[in-house]
Amino acid sequence: MASRRFSEQALSDWMKGVGPDSEIVISSRVRIARNLRHFPFPMLATNQQSLEVMNQLTAIAQSGKLDPVGRFETIILSELSELERRVLVEKHLISPNLANESRGGAVILSENESVSIMINEEDHLRIQCLYPGFQVKEAWTLANQIDDIFEEEANYAFDEKRGYLTTCPTNVGTGIRASVMMHLPALVLTQQINRILSAVTQVGLAVRGMYGEGSEALGNLFQISNQITLGQTESEIIDNLHGVAHQIIEHEKAARQRLMSESRLRIEDRVRRSYGILSYAAVMDSKESAQRLSDVRLGVDLGLLEHVTSQSLNELIVMTQPGFLQQTFNEKMSADQRDYRRAELIRNQLRGQTEHGGA
Amino acid sequence: MICQECGKKPATLHFTKIVNGEKTEFHICESCARERGEGIPGAPNGFSIHSLLSGLLDFDPSSTTGANSAKQQEMIRCEHCGLTYTQFSKIGRFGCSNCYRQFSDRLDPLLKRVHGNSVHVGKIPKRSGGQIQYKREIEQLRRDLQSRIEQEEFESAAHIRDRIRELERKIVDL
Repeated sequence: MASRRFSEQALSDWMKGVGPDSEIVISSRVRIARNLRHFPFPMLATNQQSLEVMNQLTAIAQSGKLDPVGRFETIILSELSELERRVLVEKHLISPNLANESRGGAVILSENESVSIMINEEDHLRIQCLYPGFQVKEAWTLANQIDDIFEEEANYAFDEKRGYLTTCPTNVGTGIRASVMMHLPALVLTQQINRILSAVTQVGLAVRGMYGEGSEALGNLFQISNQITLGQTESEIIDNLHGVAHQIIEHEKAARQRLMSESRLRIEDRVRRSYGILSYAAVMDSKESAQRLSDVRLGVDLGLLEHVTSQSLNELIVMTQPGFLQQTFNEKMSADQRDYRRAELIRNQLRGQTEHGGA
Repeated sequence: MICQECGKKPATLHFTKIVNGEKTEFHICESCARERGEGIPGAPNGFSIHSLLSGLLDFDPSSTTGANSAKQQEMIRCEHCGLTYTQFSKIGRFGCSNCYRQFSDRLDPLLKRVHGNSVHVGKIPKRSGGQIQYKREIEQLRRDLQSRIEQEEFESAAHIRDRIRELERKIVDL
């Protein structure tokens, strides 16, 4: 069945591409929130109204109007198992909110999974575009194009003074949330990260850990996004994020260089220890695996480790999440079992690489 | 690690809460976490942006004008979806697009706090927004017209005036 594709492959096709600055920026994302004028927002819509919204929006997607952008598949969430929904969340293709709480929820996925259009999440329509590496402007251009296509057919809730109307007042106006996912191990190791992140929050941007709001940054992955959606144009918002992210990239590069020139042996030791543990450990919890994988990724980026590709590390980040793990081994597991299976999976993935690499 | 709450199941949720600089670490199992409804990302009833927002919404801009008018405003109810302002300020979410018009008086201070602004300047929908685009263009042309007149460039001022009339006709036709 075609719709099972997303749950078999850990890495969306778009993630396999290499973007600019991809040794620091894992991915760039732009999300646009829109609502239909004549329906209550999803929170207050009746089941009947939610279904109507879903039908209207999926009909636009299936009318062929999206063809210039790519091939799309519509997935109705109520037709998926709980595990399949969780996998979609772990791949960042839908939000936990859409997976768990939505009525009339659906997602329209592009073939390479770089575009995911969520229906009846917090807002009627959420268009999300993901690009590998540092391509936040490209992501906005595509999201904007898709927005235009929907706007031709749907009656958006728009107000002259407030802009695009959204369920949450934090999204009103442009309805745009742009973000970059950055791997910043050197800034963490050199203890510059707090200073930099607190500066970032002072220019209207927000910082989060990789999964969810306010969670500790696991594996040195930080998501930086715009806070303000009203009173600035879309290009101002994108440019602001772009400019700040660019500066962080430069700081991270400088910190990596300094680590290499001042404490190369210590870094190499740390990287190789983590690589060794990942290659041989029998039990691995998600927190440790995130940290060790971060070390190994840094090692790859600095040329300290051969035979490991950053693509396989990206893959492991997704594959070691609880939902995906259970999907892979096709069983429901306790936390202990998961830690055991996780270690097994990482071992296999890393060993496979060494063998292919001919070591 | 064993759940620090029930002491039975393995702890699968580890998080750090910082309140007023005081750091507390939690290691609990999923069922205890669900019971407590602690701020776990993705978990239902968790602490969310909305509960944070409602803190902002408690801020009462009309307190200077007396408690009476504040009370009246609490009673405002959206005609379309039935959401009251009090409900909105508790959950931090609007019920429908009409709420924005209904609660409009109270929104400026809130939006300024969240965004530093209360007026949209970005993208406009092409189809339904044609009128707005014309209005923005007319505003711009009126400013041009004024400066042309001040500089006594009457010929180009006349052109601009014609263009404004043309746009105004278009708005009527829409």
